[in-house]
Amino acid sequence: MADRPEGTAQEGRNKPVLSLHVPEPTYRPGDAVDFSHIAVTQAGAQPRPDEACHASETAPLTLDLVRVLGDDDLAHGPWDPKLDADTLRQMLHHFAMVRAFDARMYRGQRQGKTSFYMKCTGEEATSISAAMALASDDMVFPSYRQQGILIARGYSLVEMINQIYSNRGDKLKGRQLPIMYSSREHSFFSISGNLATQTPQAVGWAMASAIKGDSRIAATWVGEGSTAEGDFHSACTFAAVYNAPVILNVVNNQWAISSFSGFAGAERTTFAARAVGYGIAGIRVDGNDPLAVYAAERWAANRARANGGPTLIEHFTYRAEGHSTSDDPSQYRSAQETEEWPLGDPVNRLKKHLIALGEWDEDRHAAMDLACAEEVKAATKDAEKNGILGHGLHHPFATMFEDVFEELPWHLVEQSKQAIHEREVKFPEGRPQ
Amino acid sequence: MSVQEASSRDPVVTEDTRRLNMIEAINEALDIMLARDPGVVIMGEDVGYFGGVFRATAGLQEKHGKTRVFDTPISECGIIGVAVGMGAYGLRPVPEIQFADYIYPGLDQLISEAARLRYRSAGEYIAPMTVRSPFGGGIFGGQTHSQSPEAIFAHVAGLKTVIPSTPHDAKGLLIAAIEDNDPVIFFEPKRIYNGPFSGYYDKPVEPWKKHRDSQVPEGYYKIPLGKARIVQEGEAMTVLTYGTMVHVAEAVCAAKGVDAEILDLRTLVPLDIQAIEKSVRKTGRCLIVHEATRTAGFGAELSALVTERCFYHLEAPVDRVTGFDTPYPHSLEWAYFPGPVRIGEAIDKLLKD
Repeated sequence: MADRPEGTAQEGRNKPVLSLHVPEPTYRPGDAVDFSHIAVTQAGAQPRPDEACHASETAPLTLDLVRVLGDDDLAHGPWDPKLDADTLRQMLHHFAMVRAFDARMYRGQRQGKTSFYMKCTGEEATSISAAMALASDDMVFPSYRQQGILIARGYSLVEMINQIYSNRGDKLKGRQLPIMYSSREHSFFSISGNLATQTPQAVGWAMASAIKGDSRIAATWVGEGSTAEGDFHSACTFAAVYNAPVILNVVNNQWAISSFSGFAGAERTTFAARAVGYGIAGIRVDGNDPLAVYAAERWAANRARANGGPTLIEHFTYRAEGHSTSDDPSQYRSAQETEEWPLGDPVNRLKKHLIALGEWDEDRHAAMDLACAEEVKAATKDAEKNGILGHGLHHPFATMFEDVFEELPWHLVEQSKQAIHEREVKFPEGRPQ
Repeated sequence: MSVQEASSRDPVVTEDTRRLNMIEAINEALDIMLARDPGVVIMGEDVGYFGGVFRATAGLQEKHGKTRVFDTPISECGIIGVAVGMGAYGLRPVPEIQFADYIYPGLDQLISEAARLRYRSAGEYIAPMTVRSPFGGGIFGGQTHSQSPEAIFAHVAGLKTVIPSTPHDAKGLLIAAIEDNDPVIFFEPKRIYNGPFSGYYDKPVEPWKKHRDSQVPEGYYKIPLGKARIVQEGEAMTVLTYGTMVHVAEAVCAAKGVDAEILDLRTLVPLDIQAIEKSVRKTGRCLIVHEATRTAGFGAELSALVTERCFYHLEAPVDRVTGFDTPYPHSLEWAYFPGPVRIGEAIDKLLKD
């Protein structure tokens, strides 16, 4: 047994006594916010390595912040994806649509039309700009805050709302909590409530694509809080071991419900820096810079498609609103944080960029916002014809027992009969489905 | 070869049957499925070059290539999670978990993902995977090489649980499991990989080559999931069991001269309720035997089902012989194992009532 250190203050104690570090966010409710400690890098200053580079060459980028849009609202540097104005306007339209959709669905929840909703305000670029950099048949394994991917891929708003309302039009037959979408047609994997489970699944899909000599790649999204799950470690390990054609998007929006990113390890290093330890290419990108997000995702997609292997992208952003309709962020963080966030708002930044290019103006923007709101309103009305949650217009009882297995085993046949019997007891006169 | 209902004691012997042990039968099933279906991939710890710690995948990588049969990192949650993703792509993965005792890190992926994928996506995505894993005790495996966790999986809606007890069944059930479009937990009783175990641990083990059910047909054949096997017909009582305990129960009944009807359930979910009802209504007595711990074990489900569905035919309370409610001990293995004494006394009590 080793000797105790000399001169210990108390017999049998280390000097100083050990103390447990419990992370504490910088600002709590009521605090004035000062984000000057966040290093906002100069747009265009970050090098863009060759897509075929060794993963270790990306190490400096994992501690940096790739930015394209400068204070002058123009694109700068080697990461400028040089998108044409039509593509930029399309991206801006997707942004506006998601924002209009979020606003209306949030209100719908408050009006009691559904049980639950989650907005992605402030994080629109991390899904929409990223998705636009992928092929439409690249498989995405999202978490619950990437509704922007569905919008970017042209998924029907009515189908989305049917799912949120769990009505008789809901393709998922009312089985899933609102926003847990699934659309095989749009190469959008079924969302699970269990965090980070999608990350090894995305790696497995990518491995399968490689086994089959396909050209499609996989991309997954996970919040910074969920990177603490064991699945994320497994995903990174498998992705590296098999050089899987996969992109691991970590959306670092600073908050996991009420826990700030320090509880996922952010006080010590960046999330992108973890890539280095696995031998995966890593990029840390301004998640509120739509051009930088697009460029990073395209870099990673090209790399994966060329058998260059996986990339981990940390999207540095801010969750501008509550975690969900069940959450009140004023209970744990300063209300000033959102307005003081130094990387601004992705929608506003893209809008100002297009205006600076002479390709957009305030009037067109206002008209677009209005048109999106109208389109969402019309879709809501259409979806409501199929019912809202708890008003009886749901799928028939027997559907509850379908798809547990490919075929109904005897015990589910018996239980299905019981459910239908109970319905007849409750509604002896019958009731329209 | 057509489907084997295998309900008689007679060995199925044809020109193209050979005697195999259970490992060889499993290896052959995997080999056949790799050849038949280009979507089948086998992965797990040590399954590739080395051929598996129990040799179940020996020779398969060399024959079918490294992208069909490959080693994985030591990560059960990764193995199962990756298999779910492969299934979503359209492959038919057959991951191996080296011991059932080590399946727990993969439970979230199995329970929250594989089991629910078809349901939650309304059939858009499925997880047509077969998780193979050696299970059960009787080998001085101590706490973490002996467990029988089948009740955990039987409790999960969306999973099928299969446990063979003979080389013949192991091959036919494994082929059926791999072809099944639902996720299947395929537990292989490692105590009987090389020969059936009577439970009389102080007697020499009989190798499979002397056993009637080691006659394994060449080539492709399936044994349907959800069908029990009547190991022996009888009138005095029904014994419901599976895995290693099929052979223990059979040996004890033979030693005691009890005219028991022994049902090897083979599949726990979906369960062959018709075979169970038919037998218990005939015999009026039911003994349930499994190695797993007692409380909330699968025997409790069987006991409840028999009581609910055969109550007026029962002449005695349904009884369970199981492992004790302790972790699986090392030195006291034979005091823990539900062996001939425990089964024998239960039989006596059941016949007396």
